[in-house]
Amino acid sequence: MEKELLNYEEIERILTRITYEILEKNKGTEDICLIGIVTGGVYLAERIRKKIKENEGLNVPMGILDISFYRDDINIKGKKKEIKPTNIPFQIDGKKVVLVDDVLYTGRSTRAAMDALMDFGRPAEIQLAVLIDRGHRELPIMANYTGKYIPTARNEKIKVYLKEISGKDSVVLITQ
Amino acid sequence: MKDLVGIKEISRQEIEEILNTARAFKEVLTRDIKKVPTLRGKTAINLFFEPSTRTRTSFELAEKRLSLDVLNFSVSTSSVVKGETLYDTLKTIESYNVDYIVIRHSASGAAKFVADNTPACVINAGDGTNEHPTQALLDAFSIVEVKGKLDGLKIAIVGDIIHSRVARSNLYLLSKFDTEITFVGPPTLLPSDVPSNVSISYDLKKGIKDADVVMLLRIQLERQKGAFIPSLKEYFHVWGLKGDAFSYLKKDAIVMHPGPMNRGVEISSEIADSPRSIILRQVTNGIATRMAVIYLLTRREV
Amino acid sequence: MKIIIHNAWVVDPFTDKEGVASITVEEGIITKIQWGKKEKGEKKHKKNSSNILEINAHGLYIFPGLIDMHAHLREPGFEHKETIRTGTKAAISGGFTTICCMANTNPVNDNPEVTYYILAKAREEGCCDVYPIGAITKGLKGEELSEMAMLREAGCVAFSDDGMPVTNSLIMKRALEYSKAIGSPIISHCEDLALSEGGVMNEGKMSFLLGLKGIPREAEEVMVARDILLSKYTKAPIHIAHVSTKGAIELIKRAKEENLPVTAETCPHYFTLTEKAVDGYKTDAKVNPPLRTEEDMEAIKEALKEDILDVIATDHAPHHEGEKKVPFQEAANGISGLETALSLSLKLVKDGILNLRQLIEKLTVNPAKILKISKKGLKENSEADFIIVDLGYKWKVNKKDFASLGKNTPFDGWNLEGKVLYTFKGKKFFDMSGEKN
Repeated sequence: MEKELLNYEEIERILTRITYEILEKNKGTEDICLIGIVTGGVYLAERIRKKIKENEGLNVPMGILDISFYRDDINIKGKKKEIKPTNIPFQIDGKKVVLVDDVLYTGRSTRAAMDALMDFGRPAEIQLAVLIDRGHRELPIMANYTGKYIPTARNEKIKVYLKEISGKDSVVLITQ
Repeated sequence: MKDLVGIKEISRQEIEEILNTARAFKEVLTRDIKKVPTLRGKTAINLFFEPSTRTRTSFELAEKRLSLDVLNFSVSTSSVVKGETLYDTLKTIESYNVDYIVIRHSASGAAKFVADNTPACVINAGDGTNEHPTQALLDAFSIVEVKGKLDGLKIAIVGDIIHSRVARSNLYLLSKFDTEITFVGPPTLLPSDVPSNVSISYDLKKGIKDADVVMLLRIQLERQKGAFIPSLKEYFHVWGLKGDAFSYLKKDAIVMHPGPMNRGVEISSEIADSPRSIILRQVTNGIATRMAVIYLLTRREV
Repeated sequence: MKIIIHNAWVVDPFTDKEGVASITVEEGIITKIQWGKKEKGEKKHKKNSSNILEINAHGLYIFPGLIDMHAHLREPGFEHKETIRTGTKAAISGGFTTICCMANTNPVNDNPEVTYYILAKAREEGCCDVYPIGAITKGLKGEELSEMAMLREAGCVAFSDDGMPVTNSLIMKRALEYSKAIGSPIISHCEDLALSEGGVMNEGKMSFLLGLKGIPREAEEVMVARDILLSKYTKAPIHIAHVSTKGAIELIKRAKEENLPVTAETCPHYFTLTEKAVDGYKTDAKVNPPLRTEEDMEAIKEALKEDILDVIATDHAPHHEGEKKVPFQEAANGISGLETALSLSLKLVKDGILNLRQLIEKLTVNPAKILKISKKGLKENSEADFIIVDLGYKWKVNKKDFASLGKNTPFDGWNLEGKVLYTFKGKKFFDMSGEKN
């Protein structure tokens, strides 16, 4: 069974709010950079970057991070997912890095992303922006900017459609 | 896929997956910290029954950059403990509980033999004159980097084809794509009977003038003794790639060599050091490709 | 014990008789052959209280005991591969009551002591007749002739350096001259070692694709041609072992047309398998000469039909598991063939290439003639030496069930048709029918 949680307008509004929160918390764009986590986070980061440009008139640096190599659940016995090349074309030393992801769940992806970032340099601060927080954290991690908190059961699935990949914007709850 | 025994055994789709993954690993190699924790706590053993500094170094770097613990077990054929068969050596190694076995052996089929007899993931680093699959994969990766694709390309492979595992692996790989292959060299070093997508040329110029890619193979210096060629000098004179080739090669043709190259035998310095040559790029790509292969293999459930 | 076999179809090329008969065997001797169908056959065979075993063989066939003129029994020296005891047991279960063992033992059978040893062992532990084949040259080295006359006296029926060719043409010429005087033929393993050097399978596209060094067909043919010329030169009989190529057949055909004293054999694997059996580095299909191509296989079948190939021999070459469980190029050559040979050969009859009589000739009377082994066939008052075969019996090869120590067969798991149910060899009677008495 599928239930739509967010539609296009709602997602847009949330991203606009998160953009303002980022600017407010960091008092502008100085030293800010965005890093989107493959795959959904990359498109969300791009949209936030665009909104910052609309507001502040400048492009903040943006990178793409595939966290596959840092996961703690790499199973030598399991089939691997396709990997996208990471691309962080700037130094992150001393930067305020805003990680962008679509869904925050166990916190393990965020842990992996933070480990990866540490190998790239020594950021001044790492912040986390997510579209959905569905609970069930397994690590002490929380987002600085949360689009929407949706309590879920473990056997439910959250599916995020973004128009860059799926041609539409929608967040759906799937119950088996 | 548990093992990479040969290109023969894998599909075009699997090749593409390896090449795509290698692209991600190539980025890792540009970072300050070139090591990722992906396979932390797992163990790889490099089981080399033939000496090979280059291939072993490339595999070892690939393994270390994936955070594998690495054991090197190098046995030159002369020092193999008398009486111990490959099977027994394998069983001994298995009791170390290794996850990956990289094997180089002088017998064709040795990698398949090892793969069939162990639950560990096995990667063929060259077995006799059969295959050297990671070399073909890194060659393909390098070609795609420069040319953007494999389909539609004309590839000439020049040199000692019959004794070359690199030639076979490349033949199998390129045959899974829409390519035209020409084997070029002296008749004593070319097979008499070839698959239908391959043509044969004993004439260097005719064989390579339409090629998009010219792959040179290493001439084993001892071939002269077996009366395959009269002398290395004569080989270079007739089939060595020399500066005059610039006048008839396609403008955008690239030159490759699996290394180590013999300057003045297969290739002149003029060509080796020209921008046409992507030989050093092949070396870098070797590490990324091998990381991708190791990463993608999956252990058999026991 | 008295055994009466009712209503079997007898095919006996020795006596040139074929038809339904009932045969009585007492104490290892055929006491009565009654031709013609006997009415009132019992449904099943049974043992009477009076110690008479009656076998209703309606629908079954009786052939003289098969003769394998080319086997390796490995004893002395390689008892981990096979012994005379296990090898002859394998022969019996395959329907062979007579086998000739090659000289490449350790020590080599190049002196009478070894021949005596083999014959004594065969008498003590063997289940069937064993005729040794002596070496042509001392130590199979191709340098000095072995003591052929003494070997002949000791019991050798032929001479061969099988496994190794006699490279030196002059030595081969002298061997032919010498053996002619003795009256025993030379069996030649034809291989030009320079052409075959390092080779492990047939040379061709397949060997290139597998990255294995090939043995060209010419390696065999060059030597077949030489040996035919030498036979013509010396007028001495020569028997060409394990023919595997079309070119060799053409040479032998020409020699026969010239009425030269040339005979030849092939083996079941050469008319059943091609080089494709090697794919996947299957060491059980590694054999010398190597399995060839479809074209060669068809030529061999045709040559059997035209009697260019006189004999089907097994080239039974058992090996220990460890000698095959290695990378292909390191694996030993050879197939353990005694227990599948008859079934594989019967396929030639089923496919209409040979008739039953022709097939049995190649497995009995022809090798007996070449080796001058006196065999009488099925005759009253002579030794019981025959087999009862069910041509329609379907079975699956399971190498684990082999009596031979050599489990090296490329036919493991194959479904075959035709099987020996009973072997009679003198006083020995072997029941492989699975029927309960």
